[in-house]
Amino acid sequence: MGKYILKRLIAMIPTLLGAAVLVFFLLRLAPGDICEVRLLGTGATVAQEQIDICRESLGLDKPQIAQFFDFVWGYFIFDLGTSMWTGQPVTHEIAIRFELSLQLAVMATIVATIIAIPLGIISAVKQNTLIDYFVRGFAIAGIAIPSFWLGLMIILGLLVFSQAWFGEPWMPPIMFKSIWEDPAHNLSQLMWPAVATGYRYSAVAARMTRSAMLEVLREDYVRTARAKGMVEKIVINRHALKNALLPVVTILALEFAFLMGGLVVTEQVFNLNGLGNLMVDGVEHHDFTMTQNLVMLVVIVFVITNLITDLAYAWLDPRIRYS
Amino acid sequence: MVTVSEIQTEAQFEEVAPKKPWSQVALELCRKQPLGVFGLAIVFVMIIAAILAELVSPNDPLQEHFDAMLAAPSAEYLLGTDEFGRDILTRLIYGSRTALLVGFVCAIVGATGGLVLGVASAYFGGLFDLILQRILDVFMAFPLIILALAVVATLGPGIENVMIAIILPFVPQCARVVRSNALAIREIPYVDAARALGFSDARIILRHMVPNVMAPYLIMLTTFLGQAILLEASLSFLGLGVQDPTPAWGLMLSNASEFFEGAPWVAVYPGVAISLSVFGFNLFGDSVRDVLDPKMRSR
Amino acid sequence: MSKYARFALALAVGTGLAMGATGPAKAETPKKGGTLSYIVAAEAPSYDLHKESTFAAVHPIRPFYSLLIRVNPENPQSPTDFQCDICVGEVPKPTDGGKTYTFKIKKGVKFHDGQVMTAHDVVATYNKIAFPPEGVASVRKAFFKMLDSVTAPDDETVVFKLKFATGSFLPVLANPMSPIYSAKDLKEHGYDWHEKNVNGTGAFKFKEAVAGSHVDGVKFEDFHMQGKPYLDGFRALISRKMAIRVQAIRGDRAAIEFRGFPPKQRDDLVKALGKDITVQESDWNCVLLYTPNHGRPIMQDPRVRQALTLAVDRWGGSQHLSRIAIVKTVGGIGFPGHPLSATKAELVPLKGYGTDLKAARAEAKKLLAEAGKSDLKFELMNRGTDQPYKIVGTWLIGQWRQIGLEVTQRVEPTKTFYNELRNTKNFDVSLDFNCQSVVNPLVDTSKFVGSAGNNYANFKGQDQQLEEIYEQMLQAPEEAKQRELMRVMEKRALSDQAHMGVTLWWYKINPHRSYVKGWKIAPSHYLNQSLDQVWLDK
Repeated sequence: MGKYILKRLIAMIPTLLGAAVLVFFLLRLAPGDICEVRLLGTGATVAQEQIDICRESLGLDKPQIAQFFDFVWGYFIFDLGTSMWTGQPVTHEIAIRFELSLQLAVMATIVATIIAIPLGIISAVKQNTLIDYFVRGFAIAGIAIPSFWLGLMIILGLLVFSQAWFGEPWMPPIMFKSIWEDPAHNLSQLMWPAVATGYRYSAVAARMTRSAMLEVLREDYVRTARAKGMVEKIVINRHALKNALLPVVTILALEFAFLMGGLVVTEQVFNLNGLGNLMVDGVEHHDFTMTQNLVMLVVIVFVITNLITDLAYAWLDPRIRYS
Repeated sequence: MVTVSEIQTEAQFEEVAPKKPWSQVALELCRKQPLGVFGLAIVFVMIIAAILAELVSPNDPLQEHFDAMLAAPSAEYLLGTDEFGRDILTRLIYGSRTALLVGFVCAIVGATGGLVLGVASAYFGGLFDLILQRILDVFMAFPLIILALAVVATLGPGIENVMIAIILPFVPQCARVVRSNALAIREIPYVDAARALGFSDARIILRHMVPNVMAPYLIMLTTFLGQAILLEASLSFLGLGVQDPTPAWGLMLSNASEFFEGAPWVAVYPGVAISLSVFGFNLFGDSVRDVLDPKMRSR
Repeated sequence: MSKYARFALALAVGTGLAMGATGPAKAETPKKGGTLSYIVAAEAPSYDLHKESTFAAVHPIRPFYSLLIRVNPENPQSPTDFQCDICVGEVPKPTDGGKTYTFKIKKGVKFHDGQVMTAHDVVATYNKIAFPPEGVASVRKAFFKMLDSVTAPDDETVVFKLKFATGSFLPVLANPMSPIYSAKDLKEHGYDWHEKNVNGTGAFKFKEAVAGSHVDGVKFEDFHMQGKPYLDGFRALISRKMAIRVQAIRGDRAAIEFRGFPPKQRDDLVKALGKDITVQESDWNCVLLYTPNHGRPIMQDPRVRQALTLAVDRWGGSQHLSRIAIVKTVGGIGFPGHPLSATKAELVPLKGYGTDLKAARAEAKKLLAEAGKSDLKFELMNRGTDQPYKIVGTWLIGQWRQIGLEVTQRVEPTKTFYNELRNTKNFDVSLDFNCQSVVNPLVDTSKFVGSAGNNYANFKGQDQQLEEIYEQMLQAPEEAKQRELMRVMEKRALSDQAHMGVTLWWYKINPHRSYVKGWKIAPSHYLNQSLDQVWLDK
């Protein structure tokens, strides 16, 4: 097992390096940079000299290959550089937004798990019945409906209905406060995006639960258990669910990793100051250091999540290790 | 955006799909997959609408009516008008062209690119396989939307760039699945036999390997259809997609985000159109998967 | 100056109507206390106003600082009504034939950290802006090209010596991007310190800022204006999406947004909240242009450029577009309503400003036919910002469609947009704009001259006559002569040569919660943001 882990860890290196090359040069492919945005974006007349001063101060005048080495080297010395837009360390900018993104991801996961697992099981057990069709329809709709659109509809609904019922229009707070500081404020802000993203998330997880359950229900040992006359409920809970859970947990983990940095659109709709929003800002400002590091961090989290799930599989099923 | 991890997709296609005539597949689909047929019906309606847009639309999609800006749904404008007084129903009908174009081009190019790379990787093996797999690993390491966002941010908005941004992450996903299936086939003795008989690589690949990976290929292709439309809508919502005055759903939704407070119909209907079409494609895709993937088939 | 005064009066009357509920505010006694929450549509890169050029820096940061002189908060519509901020008494008249300005500085003005401000701080500030040391960024250095020196003979006197007399010096001093920094801070902490630190003499003290979220300020007890500020503090909330900004005011998460909302959003808010919403409106010193690239063969023929402008229905567009976009007023090259700017009667004879749209479009088609370009197809480059760029871009394409032109829109992110405009010049026609703070048409109209640094129509050196007209206008001593020359320039730039097309001038609409009092709309979103006179009627 140790050898296998080492093998997989080494295999990560070229992937991460490749991702770094890809994102670094992708951002710099088109001409122009943040100095144009900062100085010219308001239509001002700015001398080329001022733009050059700006470039120099941000290190954009250095050769690209040198900038690339700085970028990669940063990961070895734990210095991700400073944002070109705010001048603050990238890690500082991320730290500010981390709590919100983490909390939202946790809340969405809770919403998703509560909905997905029971639905997935019912759907699998009652395969090809009306209930199954309903659940599958619900799940596929969850994947089909854009979360950001659902978010827009939620806010609109809140404003309209609160005014109709209570006389005063109400909308969720637009400024984040920590749950430890002001739980009511915090939850009234985050529950809506948690529902909007949680629906899609639960749909993905319910589908996975269903197919994993179906697969397990057809396995010999489940059939044997049934043949032995065991109560259906016990068969499902004790035998089937336990074995079907692994792929479900995998998908939950991957989605969780995605939620941490990938809510680029939904965070806009709810005015959430999270990591997805930071990414959109970085892209919009052409803040290379910010964008490349954020993308790299999402990639790293992603690759590690994948690795952990792979290791879990390998641990459970030794055949994988030796193939 | 990530629905299947690498492992699961591989696991699902470990076995080789048995060959069967396509007519039988179609029949089976209708009998056993009512949801799939429903999905197909939605897709069918969409395709008809796109083809016959000129005939079925009540209006001109580009014609501005400054006397009826943001008009509520009425007999004249069934679903209301947008901020330029353009008929929303008409723009939705024409918008299905953009959606289908993005959906099909991305799905077909993405899946076919994956097919070619996957089969080639499996067949030639060795160093080629190794290097290609490492490159695919890199692309697979990005969440779909993040890679697409980075690509569009670089290339600039516009429909061609959006399609490139969507195709790019699709190719490795499909290649991965196809390769694992193709590997299994490569081990089958008749490939060696064919080789021993001196058949050319191209012949072996086309005759023996490609037909045997059609099942995962088609499954990936149908999955991509809905995903592509959804991704295009997300990018358009950020203002990075198709640009006015071309009618497109994501764009309509993006424009609507400024006006939907007082005129909800500008945001509601394009959202419904996106959801419904992706719903249709996914229902259809799910059923294709159920039929083609032997492990999933009900017994 | 008499005409300026009349202009100011006319504007005050004009906007008085729109202001409605805030009109009688003068009679009310300001109440003390409360925190004003307002929305800022973007996030500024730093706190250093000397280095930034975005309103997103002005709105949250300006309340921390004072200026030497400022636009009168009670009369921000006037382009000439300045008042002393940290100087004493009236804004001084120049001496030495208009070349020397001497300011007396208030005594005992304190910085937030307790330092006492003197004339030397003012000198250090202006030296930093106008004469930055090598390698130090100062984006508004060019504004001060008339300045020869700034000195402090004693602690309470600042003397500005100019190279030549000009009426645009005071407007430049009143620019909100030149807050007074402490000489000691600059000396001890260097020129970059203010990017991340705040130490001003303004009405509010910096409390905290969370990147991407908000900036908080609290009342500065030692503020140099007696009894002010009225507010206990403010909170500037950042929100990027227009929908959220409107909803935030509707749901009372914020009371006001200082940049401006489109009319549709104003109507929705008024409809939803009735008299809880007060609306202030004003012409805006920003104009949206389209710029044909003279480097492209298809745009070299003046007849083609004239056809483009003839197709645009400005008077109709003013009515229609003003319902969905932040543009409204038809104007020429100068801020509409300013004494130097064209009246409607003067505009109508220009190509594209006529009242007979059919005839104009027929003429456009004829011109295109003569030029052999009847089936012209081209691309409009635009900037990836909804309001008003994309909306007006889409509208323009619809206008050009009316004369048989097939135009597509290419939207570029900001860096590519400017790179194409400035360096590669790879576009057929682009959207462009000219946005200034203190209204000063003599300077603002430089945009239309081919040699201007921010003119992207790519005809530098091709129209010497236009350059000469502009130079004459700048140096003309009398207003009447300036006005006459501006008409000549306007006709040449917009009609005869049709180098660039003015679409519509922006229109600023600020719907806000009615309990916000004491804030008056200015013709620019950069002006009147010190917040010391704002109070809450709650």
